[in-house]
Amino acid sequence: MPSDVTTLTLNGESRQFTHPGGEPLSVTALLILLGLDTKKVAVERNEEIVPRSRYAETRLENGDALEIVHFIGGG
Amino acid sequence: MDGTLTAEDTWTVAGRTFRSRLIVGTGRYKDLPETAAAIEASGAEIVTVAVRRVNLSDPKAPMLQDYVDPKKITYLPNTAGCFTANEAVRTLRLAREAGGWNLVKLEVLGPAPLLYPDMPGTFEAAQVLIKDGFEVMVYCADDPLAAKRLQDMGCVAIMPLGAPIGSGLGLQNPAMLSMIMEQVTVPFLVDAGVGTASDAAIAMELGCDAVLLNSAIAHAKDPIKMARAMKLAVEAGRLAHLAGRMPRKMGADPSSPLAGLIR
Repeated sequence: MPSDVTTLTLNGESRQFTHPGGEPLSVTALLILLGLDTKKVAVERNEEIVPRSRYAETRLENGDALEIVHFIGGG
Repeated sequence: MDGTLTAEDTWTVAGRTFRSRLIVGTGRYKDLPETAAAIEASGAEIVTVAVRRVNLSDPKAPMLQDYVDPKKITYLPNTAGCFTANEAVRTLRLAREAGGWNLVKLEVLGPAPLLYPDMPGTFEAAQVLIKDGFEVMVYCADDPLAAKRLQDMGCVAIMPLGAPIGSGLGLQNPAMLSMIMEQVTVPFLVDAGVGTASDAAIAMELGCDAVLLNSAIAHAKDPIKMARAMKLAVEAGRLAHLAGRMPRKMGADPSSPLAGLIR
């Protein structure tokens, strides 16, 4: 697999992300690609929380499983 | 007391003080505007919220925060739908990251159709969460030993069910709730089972610090009206509790004097 494609499991679904230059994809970059407001979501990577302060420095690897959640109505 | 609920009649959980003794859920409404209107009508200062996967195919869909401002209303993230301690712990860690809140509602449920609290799972999750710095309001069985144990572990509120979640059966266990309440010194709430306003009033008359409900409002024919009814019922029940009810008597005791009757 070329180094500029990362395969991730996002909320249970396998997705591929192409990014230029072979630079590893960060959580920040991923959230931008997905069009999400970073202030309203939380991210878990391989069952570990990714603190918002580390979105930029957290580099995603092939095969990572991410959960991206937000608040919804609930009782 | 002068017959009105004064500003002094507050309750405090984990160092946060509230005037409203009604906590409402934000689920099962027709849409987000109705959710917001019902919360407004209920006067609730705390709402429970669920944590779920973002719909990645619709990232710009309106979110709860757009309608219910977390700066004005305290969000109490829950673990609804979690059937293991691990799921509950992961969910609340995500909630803390999403909103920064340490005050959470823990529930670990057994299988449908009862969704009865799974107490071994609840103990396990509570222990991990408390160690991790969470302030845990805990949904639990109406079991005096479990309630005491959860309090001793450090849970900040004990919240047994009055009947299964969403059943609307009303309080099926008022005597047991009263007995548990005797042993609990942290806030004590009825969480689950309330079906209509009188049920909420009964919970407050028993001496609960507050009541938590969702479906009773959301599934009413007119949720906004029922939200208002619940607000009044909780206030009425609280006042009745503070007033102290008259003793029950097995027989009549006339209110009008018997002296001076015409003959």
